[in-house]
Amino acid sequence: MKFDTPSAENPTDRLRVVGQPVDRIDGPLKTTGRAPYAYEHHDGFTGGFADGLARPAYGHVLGAGIARGRIRSFDAEAARRAPGVLAVISADNAGPLGQGPRNTAKLLGGPRIEHYHQAIALVVAESFEQARAAARLIRVEYAREAGEFDLAKVRDSGRAPQDEPDRRLGDFAAAFAASAVRIDAVYRTPDQSHAMMEPHASMAAWDGDRLTLWTSNQMIAWGRADLAKTLGIRPEQIRLLSPYIGGGFGGKLFVRADAVLAALGARAIGRPVKVMLARPLVFNNTTHRPATIQRIRIGATADGHIHAIAHESWCGNLPGGSAETATQQTQLLYAGAHRLSALRLATLDLPEGNAMRAPGEAPGLMALEIAIDELAEKLGLDPVELRIRNDTPVDPHDPQRRFSQRQLVECLRTGAARFGWAQRNPVPGRTRAGRWLLGHGVAAAFRNNLVMKSGARVRLGRDARVTVETDMTDIGTGSYTVIAQTAAEMLGVPLAQVDVRLGDSDFPVSAGSGGQWGGNCSTAGVYAACMRLREQIAQRLGFRDAAAVRFADGEVQAGGRVAPLADAVRDSELLAEDSIEFAGLDRKYQQSTFGAHFVEVGVDAATGETRVRRMLAVCAAGRILNPKTARSQVIGAMTMGVGAALSEALHVDPRLGCFVNHDLAGYEVPVHADIPHQEVIFLDGADPVSSPMKAKGVGELGLCGVAAAIANAVYNATGVRVRDYPLTLDKLLGQMPAPG
Amino acid sequence: MKPFTYERAGSPQAAVASAAAHPGARFIAGGTNLLDLMKLEIETPAHLIDVNGLGLDQIEGTADGGLRIGALVRNSDLAADARVRRDYALLARALLSGASGQLRNRATTAGNLLQRTRCPYFYDSDLPCNKRLPGSGCAALGGYSRQHAILGVSEACIAAHPSDMAVALRALDAVVETLRPDGSTRSLALADFHRLPGETPQVEHALEPGELIVAVTLPPPPGGRHVYRKVRDRASYAFALVAVAVIVQPDGRGRVALGGVAPKPWRLEAAEAELPRGASAVATALLAEARTTRENAYKTLLVERTLAAALAEARS
Ligand SMILES: Cc1cc2nc3c(=O)[nH]c(=O)nc-3n(C[C@H](O)[C@H](O)[C@H](O)COP(=O)(O)OP(=O)(O)OC[C@H]3O[C@@H](n4cnc5c(N)ncnc54)[C@H](O)[C@@H]3O)c2cc1C
Ligand code: SF4
Repeated sequence: MKFDTPSAENPTDRLRVVGQPVDRIDGPLKTTGRAPYAYEHHDGFTGGFADGLARPAYGHVLGAGIARGRIRSFDAEAARRAPGVLAVISADNAGPLGQGPRNTAKLLGGPRIEHYHQAIALVVAESFEQARAAARLIRVEYAREAGEFDLAKVRDSGRAPQDEPDRRLGDFAAAFAASAVRIDAVYRTPDQSHAMMEPHASMAAWDGDRLTLWTSNQMIAWGRADLAKTLGIRPEQIRLLSPYIGGGFGGKLFVRADAVLAALGARAIGRPVKVMLARPLVFNNTTHRPATIQRIRIGATADGHIHAIAHESWCGNLPGGSAETATQQTQLLYAGAHRLSALRLATLDLPEGNAMRAPGEAPGLMALEIAIDELAEKLGLDPVELRIRNDTPVDPHDPQRRFSQRQLVECLRTGAARFGWAQRNPVPGRTRAGRWLLGHGVAAAFRNNLVMKSGARVRLGRDARVTVETDMTDIGTGSYTVIAQTAAEMLGVPLAQVDVRLGDSDFPVSAGSGGQWGGNCSTAGVYAACMRLREQIAQRLGFRDAAAVRFADGEVQAGGRVAPLADAVRDSELLAEDSIEFAGLDRKYQQSTFGAHFVEVGVDAATGETRVRRMLAVCAAGRILNPKTARSQVIGAMTMGVGAALSEALHVDPRLGCFVNHDLAGYEVPVHADIPHQEVIFLDGADPVSSPMKAKGVGELGLCGVAAAIANAVYNATGVRVRDYPLTLDKLLGQMPAPG
Repeated sequence: MKPFTYERAGSPQAAVASAAAHPGARFIAGGTNLLDLMKLEIETPAHLIDVNGLGLDQIEGTADGGLRIGALVRNSDLAADARVRRDYALLARALLSGASGQLRNRATTAGNLLQRTRCPYFYDSDLPCNKRLPGSGCAALGGYSRQHAILGVSEACIAAHPSDMAVALRALDAVVETLRPDGSTRSLALADFHRLPGETPQVEHALEPGELIVAVTLPPPPGGRHVYRKVRDRASYAFALVAVAVIVQPDGRGRVALGGVAPKPWRLEAAEAELPRGASAVATALLAEARTTRENAYKTLLVERTLAAALAEARS
């Protein structure tokens, strides 16, 4: 189905099932331990060694002990002789390996080492413990080489990425110089880790030259293609399965070492092999959100209209790696006739930087939304009002392009009223409650709505059960549920009559889970397949005009005639497949999602410890397909924003070239005690331009702006402006007066 | 993890006898620290002696009105004990500020005292660390050292002792009771129990090989107001950047111990003499010998502020 004109009224508009806050249909499986994750397949606990597979062996990955250089010698003799060991795979014996276009460094390194903890060997043994113990027996000698590990040091060598050239409008320099009120500040965001619960894990089994890989991956088709390229086989030789994923946040968009090494290990021993990355390896072996240094200059008129705005961002990556697009929201969020945005990418020899939840906007808004707060203060204007004053209904770079929907102002107004923003004291450092200095902060949320082709197959079985199959993944987001809701709505059956099967490369290729496009696009693909199936059903039941037929309550009706749905499949089942293809509307209209975050923090007057006290998010993201799963997405994202604001950072040792903190004790994500009252409001508003589902992404929007709202609240509490995330107490303490 | 043998000891005497017979053996209590370190092969004992189930999990009053805490008493049980809550509130508060409920249910008195540092370099055997591999250098000294110690440190190591419980015990003048392989017993003041790194950061305490902690005793209740303030980056489940334990008597005298700032729970009786002159005088005395890095220099101010807040709370 081509989607090239805004969607008219369609069956999902009935909102009998779609749009309802139903529980996740995979919930019972997960809470009772019956949803098998990648590492749990074929271990007996999920039902024995199915499919006639042999008992799997276990692989343990050895990471490089240096950041850059060469392996001088690699001695695995002792490991090979260790109890239970079946094979040791390394670059020496793995045979030639290709590299998927979505991977920057090699997934099996050696003799060249490109980054710390790059995988250099897999030890395969009968038990996990034997593999891990034997890996410690491998003796590696390295020739270390100097590398670049310090972004501040290399930043000036950065170049504009080829696919992200500078964007200019008007004459920024002159306009900025002439502005009545100006701010010019530099902000820093650190390297961050996805820190998902389930480490990267895979199990591989070969049948001749065909590979089955159970893995934990957000993008099945990308994964299959890149794995095929790496192994030098055709994609059709691989079946990739990833039905349940214990969190990804972008860290599992691409195949990683666990997948490649499980495949190599299984091929070497002729038996299935499982590999899970040990937690301490995850931080340096896999990808992370790269650090940025951002400079923002804004010039405004005395009455608070932005006249000139420039956002420049520096980041680093391995050669061939991509840039963190931290400036992208600044091109669209506020009005202003004179504009400049520029990215600079330098070479760093740290592990690969790549997408993490809301890449671009998350770190970009961490800077921009502090800058706006600073500007508001300088103007003596309320920061909510300043944002409203600079709203723009069109893409400022291309005034012909309107936003399909833009509810930033409504988000801000609704939030301000609900939060009690008017009661805040705009003078920093004046509100005290016992030992706490209280502060209130606001930030805008913005994230583009991306659309990707997405396919699905829908079957109406002879028992009148509906089965949906698509390679879409559910990374804890609720995909199973919103897909089931879509099929139930389209075919007029109860939710319980729908089975959803996901994450299998044998199923039609979907949009996958990334960039908050999954929910909208994958359900739109299911919509397309259901439209096909409706035609077939109507035809079977003898209805002439398929478009006029209503599907409801297990019945099909048109022109006064009613037929039970089951009648259509009395003799044989029906199967339909289609995909949604987005053709042009996303170019004609700017499609974005909007929100506003309001936060109250307390900062301990003595110690500078910051604790969030309450949070409110107002989100405008098209139709909300399921308010319950969407709310879970947003409160999870808000929680991630608390981490980004207050504690999360991978600490670089610029001498050793690695992230030093490498476990969940050293990389501090928020715990329950950090998360207070959270409230989420969704503004109504189906967006017919986004897809037939009229929905947009929401899973990343919830993160965008949160950290800045917290930083602004900390400023309001203390009068100390910190522009360097995370806002740990050591950055506040010296500037806070001793409490009286 | 290196393969190891395991036995469940039948009595404290049998445990120490076995330790003597198996050089390099380790006692295992809750296992919450030892097992993690074994998985990473930072600890590689060839033999484990399980000391759970030896009857060392009792809390009893002593003849002089103090308390004797068995070495295997779980942190949760100790924090919940009515006598502890009433007479040694500092200890209960310190315990409850540590780790998580699940960990405290496993963690024991002796294990907590002997837990090893959380320096991240110590935890990665690909990185230099004098404590893990003597002579390899201290990576933290010129590196990531935000959490590290500022008192009692050396050129060889600046690791902090992570325990909260030990800070309270130090302020409470606790004594460690042990049983040696030769069957003799001894008592060690907690003040003398942990060692400063000097040239040998791998030596962390005064126990001899195979010496078993059987109990920790507390003198009679000190009275006064007890405050334990733990400062950390998140609200729970994090090690202290700085912790301050204070006991203040109605006449203004008192005791002060610090956590998160030294290789052992830190207390200077001389600094306590400054209490009448106020928090900043005490802090100045405590911090006179402080040696900081660029990254942990904030801790001196943090100690001063936290101490002032804790004393103010105790006096309020
Ligand atoms: C994620 C995490 C967070 C934590 N947070 C905190 C925190 O905030 N504050 C805090 O104080 N602690 C914290 N801890 C540490 C925790 O308190 C310790 O792991 C625990 O107290 C150790 O006790 P255990 O009985 O499990 O010791 P084990 O691991 O069994 O043993 C530790 C050491 O003590 C030795 N040992 C044990 N018993 C005896 C004995 N009777 N005689 C001689 N030697 C003995 C062992 O041989 C071993 O060397 C945390 C731990 C984890 C894993
Ligand atoms: S501080 Fe101590 S534990 Fe940390 S790296 Fe230095 S020597 Fe090792």
